[in-house]
Amino acid sequence: MLPPPFPDWLWMLSKGLKRKREEEEEKEPLAVDAWWLDPGHAAVAQAPQAVASSSLFDLSVLKLHHSLQQSEPDLRHLVLVVNTLRRIQASMAPAAALPPVPSPPAAPSVADNLLASSDAALSASMASLLEDLSHIEGLSQAPQPLADEGPPGRSIGGAAPSLGALDLLGPATGCLLDDGLEGLFEDIDTSMYDNELWAPASEGLKPVPEDGPGKEEAPELDEAELDYLMDVLVGTQALERPPGPGR
Amino acid sequence: MIPGIGTLTQDTLWCFSQVKGTIEIGTTEADIISTVEFNHTGELLATGDKGGRVVIFQREQESKNQVHRRGEYNVYSTFQSHEPEFDYLKSLEIEEKINKIRWLPQQNAAYFLLSTNDKTVKLWKVSERDKRPEGYNLKDEEGRLRDPATITTLRVPVLRPMDLMVEATPRRVFANAHTYHINSISVNSDYETYMSADDLRINLWNFEITNQSFNIVDIKPANMEELTEVITAAEFHPHHCNTFVYSSSKGTIRLCDMRASALCDRHTKFFEEPEDPSNRSFFSEIISSISDVKFSHSGRYIMTRDYLTVKVWDLNMENRPIETYQVHDYLRSKLCSLYENDCIFDKFECVWNGSDSVIMTGSYNNFFRMFDRNTKRDVTLEASRENSKPRAILKPRKVCVGGKRRKDEISVDSLDFSKKILHTAWHPSENIIAVAATNNLYIFQDKVN
Repeated sequence: MLPPPFPDWLWMLSKGLKRKREEEEEKEPLAVDAWWLDPGHAAVAQAPQAVASSSLFDLSVLKLHHSLQQSEPDLRHLVLVVNTLRRIQASMAPAAALPPVPSPPAAPSVADNLLASSDAALSASMASLLEDLSHIEGLSQAPQPLADEGPPGRSIGGAAPSLGALDLLGPATGCLLDDGLEGLFEDIDTSMYDNELWAPASEGLKPVPEDGPGKEEAPELDEAELDYLMDVLVGTQALERPPGPGR
Repeated sequence: MIPGIGTLTQDTLWCFSQVKGTIEIGTTEADIISTVEFNHTGELLATGDKGGRVVIFQREQESKNQVHRRGEYNVYSTFQSHEPEFDYLKSLEIEEKINKIRWLPQQNAAYFLLSTNDKTVKLWKVSERDKRPEGYNLKDEEGRLRDPATITTLRVPVLRPMDLMVEATPRRVFANAHTYHINSISVNSDYETYMSADDLRINLWNFEITNQSFNIVDIKPANMEELTEVITAAEFHPHHCNTFVYSSSKGTIRLCDMRASALCDRHTKFFEEPEDPSNRSFFSEIISSISDVKFSHSGRYIMTRDYLTVKVWDLNMENRPIETYQVHDYLRSKLCSLYENDCIFDKFECVWNGSDSVIMTGSYNNFFRMFDRNTKRDVTLEASRENSKPRAILKPRKVCVGGKRRKDEISVDSLDFSKKILHTAWHPSENIIAVAATNNLYIFQDKVN
């Protein structure tokens, strides 16, 4: 079964978080999640609160990620975690005292960039995930025309705006209710976010074009999938007729 | 003590009556009970489990010789209500877990109940057969067809007694109406319709019609990015067939009147308690999310359960509940850990007793709590195998919050959060309760003096 659709860089985000945790264990205690909480910085006086919020933030992001990995996410759990994330983020926002997040130090790792710009990126991802869930309903109605590559029934065109909105290297204001929300809830083409197709961080964070890494495999998948789905659709009508009364 | 209708006076003592289920340590996930419900007379008790099975227990007729031992519940019928399904279009597995069972009032010799999983509601008929026709002309005793040419005489088939057989048959299947997960079903007082609610929509069904339903509530926003709230529970008013309530993940309850418009997106009443600023935290919203809503039998009140409290609301007062009961306030300082291990998302149910004077809900460590609305007394009891001797009186339990722990108390940190009582039921007219503890069903009765 293909993994559920979620934006590429939410995946990267959680990978980045895991890597960051491993690095943390090796380094000094203050190599905290966000590089911009550097001990040398004036804002470190607020560090305890910020660190607590930050770790709660990380936890929430992981929960979100985990929730989305379910074949059909629990909508209540998802909404509650997202709303909690918004609260945490709102409380972290008065990090105006902190330097603007995306200006990296000497040798930023890709993971750092991810975390630093995670706010706007996260808002984008959450919005897109929730919008994607709305397309679940669309699937239960007539399937989309199968002219394009990619799993039938998915709105391929929807992927582009969502990717466009994820300007990861752009400035992040740290506010979840940013304008970058509109693309996030667009539908996402599952095949593009197949885990195995993604190279690790070294590939960079550029939005993936639609005819991306999955290209070689996609045609094969689709043909078989197509036939199978057509068979089922034809068969489905008979299967789902409920037992009549009086039987 | 006033016998019969339940009150929780000083003299009410609860005793162990029965336990159903296995004692093994390693629980099969399929055996975890996911819903418990008495029928309208209390004669039958139904449970649903994660494996999609329904087990119905029937109360024994009371024997004149053993007046002090009230009728026990024994297995009456077991059937597979829902099977795991696979939605090919979305590549999704549909869980067979029974989310809710609701009984229909009995109108003839057969019993009817609704059972639902995440996507499909089914109407089941449970009926008894204790006679068998014998003496067919065209069939022999084994049921094989006879050659008509060999028949020389005719006889009238007769009904002969046979061992009682209880059959469960699916009479209706209400499918394909819910995109999201069904959390509630509720039978209307007109006995002709019922509703099913999922995270974003509520549908109204007629029992006779399975291929269409009316959508009466739809809170799905046009842009899913605006989604901040989901429906968590819904119920019809017990007497007014046009009225129902639904609760949300933001701790609000909406009362709707179906006469007002076809789509009840605009509520008639809106119940919400203002947030207590002193208790504010990152988790305020999660713990305010209502996990269950129940009308009182009288129809005058509604009871809601959120993570830490049970609240009783008067239908005529929308701005705050008339009563608030703390279920396990000692968890308030542990919310971060409970968020981490996801326990904060547990959905506890709540129930009224027959006279609406006592309310009950579950907690952790296999504890469950009862609150007497009149005397304001409350008690914590435990469903455990240790207290499982016949007619053993349940000893009230106490959780020690801090400082010195007395001998019989248990400290907060020793609580077992994997043992949760999410589902309980109270007999409609007697002090008999059913408590589901993971894969075991406990039945307790009050001690008859």
